[in-house]
Amino acid sequence: MSHETYLFSRMAREDVHTLKGYEAQGGYQAFKKILSEGTSPTDVTGIVKDSGLRGRGGAGFPTGLKWSFMPDPTKDSRTRYMAVNADESEPGTCKDRILMERDPHGLLEGCMIAAWAMGLAGIYIYVRGEYRLSYARLDEAIQEARAAGLIGENIMGSDFSCEVQMHKGAGAYICGEETGLMESLEGKRGHPRPKPPFPAGFGLWGQPTTVNNVESIFNVPFILERGSDWFKTMGTEKSPGNFLCGVSGHVEKPGVYEIALGTPASTILNEYAGGVWRGRELRAWIPGGSSTGFLRPEVIDTPMDHDSVKAVGSMFGTGAMIILDQTASVVHSALVLMNFYEHESCGQCSQCREGTEWLAQVFQRIHDGQGRMEDIDLLTDIANGMAPGKTICALADAAAIPTHSVIRNFRDELVEYVQEGGHAAVSKKRSLPLEVV
Amino acid sequence: MALTDALKEEFTELASHYPKRQAALIPALHRCQEDLGGWLSPEIIESVAEWFEMEPVEVFSVASFYPMFFLKPVGKHIVSVCRNISCDLRGSEELFERVCQVTGAKAGANSTDGNFYVEQVECQGGCANAPMMVLDGIYHEDLTPDKAEAILGSLKR
Repeated sequence: MSHETYLFSRMAREDVHTLKGYEAQGGYQAFKKILSEGTSPTDVTGIVKDSGLRGRGGAGFPTGLKWSFMPDPTKDSRTRYMAVNADESEPGTCKDRILMERDPHGLLEGCMIAAWAMGLAGIYIYVRGEYRLSYARLDEAIQEARAAGLIGENIMGSDFSCEVQMHKGAGAYICGEETGLMESLEGKRGHPRPKPPFPAGFGLWGQPTTVNNVESIFNVPFILERGSDWFKTMGTEKSPGNFLCGVSGHVEKPGVYEIALGTPASTILNEYAGGVWRGRELRAWIPGGSSTGFLRPEVIDTPMDHDSVKAVGSMFGTGAMIILDQTASVVHSALVLMNFYEHESCGQCSQCREGTEWLAQVFQRIHDGQGRMEDIDLLTDIANGMAPGKTICALADAAAIPTHSVIRNFRDELVEYVQEGGHAAVSKKRSLPLEVV
Repeated sequence: MALTDALKEEFTELASHYPKRQAALIPALHRCQEDLGGWLSPEIIESVAEWFEMEPVEVFSVASFYPMFFLKPVGKHIVSVCRNISCDLRGSEELFERVCQVTGAKAGANSTDGNFYVEQVECQGGCANAPMMVLDGIYHEDLTPDKAEAILGSLKR
């Protein structure tokens, strides 16, 4: 399990969240080098593109390619912005919080490199309202960096200027969707916008905007400092680099681990997270946050990278693995998730507003022992009516995917619930005779 | 409750970071909730609307979209227990039951003495340290019902 790590490399030092601690470990060197050598913005974007870095927020879209969608400043003189998506709220996902709390300047340096590459005038870091320490640490870091001439007007004495501003959200999952985030940042309800127009053409206040996840941006200074070839020595050909893997649920050592993309999920589970807790067997696992669905133990050797997870009918998502042991219930956890999606649907699209509620109702009925065999097909019908591509944003898909996964991978459990009379009966049967807690 | 001059000054500062004033609305509502009694009363919504040159109903529409804004009075201490999957797998139901028992409050309601407001919330990003609760904005992680009781017990009158 030994491999090169970089994302967490500075964190051994207690004061890395301060400018002093960050600079003592080579911080801001990549950004300063670009400015002093006058590396062209196109070249910077080119390096990020060549590295193959894929967005770590869920969709896995290539970061450099996204940057290249921003209009050419010589042809489009509008003010351009970046919004950093720090609204981390996909259930199971708790990685960006560590980066922001522990190494905020790492994110800021990535922001400033992005600012240079895309000619940004302003960057807003949209942090979910609950992350108080993340907000405070980043806010202090911005002040320090501004005082050191690294952010603001005429950076490092050049004619390049860019402001960075913290922005506090107020607790809505949908604001993690990039257009919902932009609406929220403008001071409105977080209702996602239909696409097109895409943010690069019409984003914040109608100006060219790019929206990137915290961990994606955090990778950028390392790539610029060490080169895209170095980056590609880690991970897989199509998913290079390391990622932060949150492992939660029924494991001995839940935590956030820095893992090379392409590492088998079983290695992460057993060698990093200490295996399924209490010596139990694995019933089910989720590879990349709640929206990616439930997988069977038979595929636990799947490499954790975008293509491999897709090949087993799921998605890499945010890389947040959730583990369910043999006593757990997929139907129960699916109900928990459907209640969540019902709560978080913004209500714009009827397919999602009604569909998430219906899914929650049917799962509740099955859970409570009132389920009928035909409810299994009903779940499929509802999910098919919601996604794919039937709504403004992907929240409907995020509820439909786990639903389909339960039917495809755990149909036996749904049948068991219907036949045996629901959760009370099934969980009684599953409880272990010699429970050692 | 009317806006204080200090808050109005803060609003002006907040708004200076955006090309349009309305972008400062959500941060401003946070500040109001923090300083003016813990919830957003109709009077506060009206005075915020006046400052932002919006209709009160527009401000209400925004405030009511976001779970962190309270539109009715809440107890002195706010306890938010995560109920999402990672916490659920590690005993958040038992944790929540104990929290209700210790505080004397029911889900989404205040305790009769007004000392606590208790709610179940969706994922707070503490998944690797589940189960967890947020008490007055501070994260408490790796909890057991007993640990939560000890934390909350110190706040009882």
